[in-house]
Amino acid sequence: MAAGEPDRPDVEAMRALLLQTADTSATVNHMVQYTAARLDASFAALSDATRRGVLAQLACADASITDLADKFRMTLTGMKKHVGVLERAGLVSTQKVGRVRTCRLGPRRLEAEVMWMERYRQLWDARFERLDQVIEELKRKERVDERRKKQ
Amino acid sequence: MNAGRSSEANNVKHRMSVQRTSGRELVVTRTINAAPQIVFEAWINAELFQRWWVPKSFALELLSCELDVRVGGAYRLVFRHPGDPEPMAFHGRYLEVRPPSRLVWTNEETGSAGQVTTVTFEERNGRTQLVVHDLYSSTEALDEAISSGSISWNDDTFDQLDELLASATPSK
Repeated sequence: MAAGEPDRPDVEAMRALLLQTADTSATVNHMVQYTAARLDASFAALSDATRRGVLAQLACADASITDLADKFRMTLTGMKKHVGVLERAGLVSTQKVGRVRTCRLGPRRLEAEVMWMERYRQLWDARFERLDQVIEELKRKERVDERRKKQ
Repeated sequence: MNAGRSSEANNVKHRMSVQRTSGRELVVTRTINAAPQIVFEAWINAELFQRWWVPKSFALELLSCELDVRVGGAYRLVFRHPGDPEPMAFHGRYLEVRPPSRLVWTNEETGSAGQVTTVTFEERNGRTQLVVHDLYSSTEALDEAISSGSISWNDDTFDQLDELLASATPSK
């Protein structure tokens, strides 16, 4: 299962990138593009409602493939396929103990940080855009007041 | 059929930077096209503050905003999210008030990591270099804030991811 192993160096590189970058909008774009490439596999994995449901389920508690198949009213084979896609994207990891394969959320937590940072950036971007408008109004008012004083 | 030029209009923007400068600190920097005296006013006057602090795109309705801007004074903002029946309040106290160059406040609502927010206003050629620091008590506290804030795998998260990817995909 070497293909399913998360590649740690990449994750580390991304964390480093997150910590250092983002000085100008150009580097933010660069970060976002880099992230996007990295997110691609996850995104494909997440394009399916059942797989999203599985993640939501695993966020609450670990579960066996049989549990998941029951929960989502699917065949065991169907659920195995979904879990396989999630596993390859690093979103889920599985472990076989005896005859039961247990699934839990995988190592790709870092993406939560990227998304959170992006959301945080969007929040401030939106705030500053409105702040600019408020400031322009204040400046206009101040100019009018000054003109009045001079008269 | 709306190919082309849509993103170019957005390129004429003030530079903004968002960085996690250390394990427990987030820093946002932005230049505002006015002197610090004017910019500071927009942070301490509740009527002005509430016009920009809650972006429309975040689907939050601001119900009230009270700012008692003096050292030890309290602030309180009450919001409603369409998905939540109960309004939520953000509140805390001002630790430092130095017009027009520095504001420091605490974040004390339950569920918050208790970070301290410092805003500095520095004059640069008639403009204001604005720096917002959010300092968390520890790396773990910031990590926790991040994971609790976004690992809810709901549709919003995926819509967000969708938008992020759409905006990041280079046009071919």
